[in-house]
Amino acid sequence: MAEVKLFRAWSSPFPLRIVWALEVKGIEYDMIYEDLSNKSSMLLQYNPVYKKVPVLLHKGKPISESLVILEYIEETWKSKTPSLLPGDPYQRAMARFWAKFGDDKILPLIWEAFIKQGKDQEEALIAAHENLKYLEVELRGKKFLGGETVGFADLTFGWLANLVSVFEEIAGVTLIDHEKFPLLLTWMKNFMDAPKIRETWPPRDKLINHFRALRETLIAKEPK
Amino acid sequence: MAEKVVLLDLWASMFGMRVRVALAEKGIKYEYREEDLKNKSDLLLQMNPVHKKIPVLIHNGKPICESLIIVQYIDEVWNDKSPLLPSDPYKRAQARFWADFVDKKVYDTGRKLWSTKGEEHETAKKELLEIFKTLEEELGEKPYFGGETFGFMDVAFVTFYSWFYAFETFGEFSMEAEHPKIIAWAKRCMQKESVAKTLPDQQKVYEFALGLRKRFLGE
Repeated sequence: MAEVKLFRAWSSPFPLRIVWALEVKGIEYDMIYEDLSNKSSMLLQYNPVYKKVPVLLHKGKPISESLVILEYIEETWKSKTPSLLPGDPYQRAMARFWAKFGDDKILPLIWEAFIKQGKDQEEALIAAHENLKYLEVELRGKKFLGGETVGFADLTFGWLANLVSVFEEIAGVTLIDHEKFPLLLTWMKNFMDAPKIRETWPPRDKLINHFRALRETLIAKEPK
Repeated sequence: MAEKVVLLDLWASMFGMRVRVALAEKGIKYEYREEDLKNKSDLLLQMNPVHKKIPVLIHNGKPICESLIIVQYIDEVWNDKSPLLPSDPYKRAQARFWADFVDKKVYDTGRKLWSTKGEEHETAKKELLEIFKTLEEELGEKPYFGGETFGFMDVAFVTFYSWFYAFETFGEFSMEAEHPKIIAWAKRCMQKESVAKTLPDQQKVYEFALGLRKRFLGE
């Protein structure tokens, strides 16, 4: 039995970041799947503040919040390569900045564009594109945000490679245009092809069914 | 090479204050530049094009943005004195988790106290008190959030102390009555020169917030 356990939900992109980090670094772990509509008492005990996945349990001690967990993994298994964060403090600050930018701006806006319709969707898409432009510029001359290998910021943005095409198929809208964002689309391909990444993706048809149902529920709840 | 450190900031920003406390803890000399957020300088727009926000630390010409990222950067570069993050990875994770909690919860809920009215205002007040309760439980009997010494999480939260009078007045509650442990902790932090010299007077901050309220509610 591994001394590392990861609480996750099969469809959620946040725990998937942790799966990638553990796999890429070759750290042994046990996976515990949560049903988010019926959370286990263990999850509620280990993450009483947010009651969410992912939670990493290491030697019985819980760590929550995906970016906090990624830093913990990097610091605890220092000898396991590849490093997720560079050694130089300025480069580390940049990696942390882009990761936070992704979670604070890109993810919520793409999600909005996916679950809304009409004018709300248009506005969310415009705002998403305004912000994605910065990412496109940042990718100039780079294979990954981390350089030659997948790093902290790449893992944080990884959901784009995994979920954008799923969202586009369900909502029938182009979220990331290959003409406007060629570098981003190349990055998504490179990310998918990086070692250990695609092997851990949930099956596409399952994701489509799950997010289609979720979108329909959310649209039905919208005030008319 | 002489280090050149510039901070673009706003005197009342609890986020900017975090950086000022960290710089003071480390004894770093820097140039402070006050920004007018209604008329942002070219330098700010150039150094933080993505968010166009303060604080921005410019170290030898290179910008770092986002207050907690800046504080970590300061801790890593000037690592010869006053460490802000502990050395143990688990304790570091706890410090980051709680600092992130403050970021996610305190500001957005707190600002509703001056930017909303009626039911929304009441809900915000209840939520804020719950948030402070959670923080108080986390503090427990420890002198600081980090344990025996002042650290990262203390830096992240103590700057909000300068806004307590504003919260209390707009929210119509008393922090001392509701959350005495937090007040005791804040006063303990205020005994440190880095904190006492950085945090502005609570009355001045309240007047600043009144100005914000006028803009939001048109009163």
